[in-house]
Amino acid sequence: MRRYAIRRSLTVVPVLLGVSLLVFSFVHLIPGDPALTMLGERATPEKVAEVRVRLGLDRPIWQQYVLYVGKVLQGDLGVSIVRGDPVATDLLRRFPATVELAISAIVVAIAFGIPIGVASAVWRNSLVDSLARLGALTGVSMPIFWLGLVLAWFFGVQLRVLPTGFRLESGTTLVPWTNFVVLDAALQRDWSALVDALRHLVLPALALATIPLAIIARMTRASMLEVLSREYIRTAEAKGLSRSAVIVRHALRNALLPVLTVIGLQVGHLLAGAILTETIFSWPGIGLWVYESIESRDYAIVQGVSLFIAVIVVGVNLLTDVLYAAVDPRIKYE
Amino acid sequence: MAISQAAVGRGVMVTGRGRSPAAAAWRRLVASPAARAGLVMAVAFVLIALVTPAVHVYDARTDADLTLRLKPPTAAHPFGTDSLGRDILVRVLHATRVSLGLAVSAVAVATVIGSALGFLAGYFRRQVDLVVMFCMDIVLAFPATLLAIAIVAMIGPGLRNSLFAISLVSIPAYARLSRGAVLALREQEFVLAAQGLGCSGQRVLLGHIVPNSLPPLIVQTTLSIAFAILEAAALGFLGLGAQPPTPEWGAMLADSYKYFTSGAWWVFCFPGVAIMLSVLGFNLLGDGLRDALDPRLGRG
Repeated sequence: MRRYAIRRSLTVVPVLLGVSLLVFSFVHLIPGDPALTMLGERATPEKVAEVRVRLGLDRPIWQQYVLYVGKVLQGDLGVSIVRGDPVATDLLRRFPATVELAISAIVVAIAFGIPIGVASAVWRNSLVDSLARLGALTGVSMPIFWLGLVLAWFFGVQLRVLPTGFRLESGTTLVPWTNFVVLDAALQRDWSALVDALRHLVLPALALATIPLAIIARMTRASMLEVLSREYIRTAEAKGLSRSAVIVRHALRNALLPVLTVIGLQVGHLLAGAILTETIFSWPGIGLWVYESIESRDYAIVQGVSLFIAVIVVGVNLLTDVLYAAVDPRIKYE
Repeated sequence: MAISQAAVGRGVMVTGRGRSPAAAAWRRLVASPAARAGLVMAVAFVLIALVTPAVHVYDARTDADLTLRLKPPTAAHPFGTDSLGRDILVRVLHATRVSLGLAVSAVAVATVIGSALGFLAGYFRRQVDLVVMFCMDIVLAFPATLLAIAIVAMIGPGLRNSLFAISLVSIPAYARLSRGAVLALREQEFVLAAQGLGCSGQRVLLGHIVPNSLPPLIVQTTLSIAFAILEAAALGFLGLGAQPPTPEWGAMLADSYKYFTSGAWWVFCFPGVAIMLSVLGFNLLGDGLRDALDPRLGRG
């Protein structure tokens, strides 16, 4: 197990180097002079020259890459061209909002996806199964930004029961301890702020949860069907165990392993999907930040966030694989 | 899987009742109500994309009429009008060609490049395999939507750049699939026999391995079109895809989403429904094709 974990971790190093090379090359994809493109046509030649030096564009390309990796390893993701603030500082300040949204979404996806998948497998080819399968397929076919709009319009504009933007009502004061609003409100025992924060979370979390929910339901169904056809399930049934005991204790526990992997794979989707969801709900996380920086051509932010998310995805995939191996001793490194 | 791949790809095996494998797969496809629905939806969208420009001339630059701003659906404008007074039905129909065209073109490019890379990696193995799959792993480290957004943000908005980005993020799926197929097929007896008969590497690859790898690639292509429609819409929504006034589903949503608080539901409803139905159609068709081309992979 330890050997597997070490060998699997080592495979991450070249991938991370490749990822850094790709993100580094982003700035060289900008047509023409990147410094001029970032500053706009009206920039003075002095300012353009200054930005070129700041970005290291005056050096040979290999030196630029070495310099870039060196800076990244020290936690320096560059400086925002528009505001002049360090990207890493702003990113860490905004990241809790995205994490809060992503965690809420995955909780919704798991809470609904697994029971739906189990029901679909247990009552295979029934009406429940057909509806669940059609629902799951519709879920993966849904543009999440459109679903967000529909939810915001229906619950926010028509029924007026839920807020359609931001993390708290304007006027609600909450001292940011951790930048996780729900956590801050709970820690400060500010119950009205907690309810307010949760109400603001509902719609964006539902929109972001749709695709993971559908994928988890589909995977749970497939995995449950496979497990339910195994002999030990027949043995458990023959022993006279109740149907629910067989399903929950014998089938579900074994069927959840592949579902775990799928849940791990959703992290990337949640972080990328946040760009669209946060834009619709004015949610001040890294997704909305990327959208705003695309509009203002602040490429350092797009570059920094891309690298940050890719590293998280690689890390979570590694963690999922290692956890999987820890739970299932049959997995070995080939 | 190998039998059905061989069967469909080479047309060398026949089913018990003397039907060709392709005809048997077709029968299995149309026997499934879900696959039938997917086929009808996908064909309908393709027809709309092909027929609309031929039967209705549309100039997006001269279409605005501010006196008709944000009018709800009526008999004259069944889908209502948008913030510039343009008929939403007309724009949704014309956008089909742009959105679907972008998705299909991106998938075509990804299929050719990705499959070629996968076939080469799987057949030649060693360094070729190592380099190709390493590059694919790097692309796969990024969530596809994020990478597509980042690339287009850098190279500039527009349909051509969106096509490039969507193709790039779709390539790894094909490379992995075709590599896997080659690795499974290269040890099969008919391939060993061809090699034993003195066929060149190129002939073995193009004449024996590629045709037998087609069924999973066909399924992947159908599912990739669904994914590409969503990606194209996301890029359009973020202002990175088709530029105004070109009608494109995602860009139409970007134009309209600021108006949802005013209660004008029709401005964002119909482009979204078009995206969802087209994606659902290709997803249903892809699932159906998977079952039809390889019955043993059935849904259990």
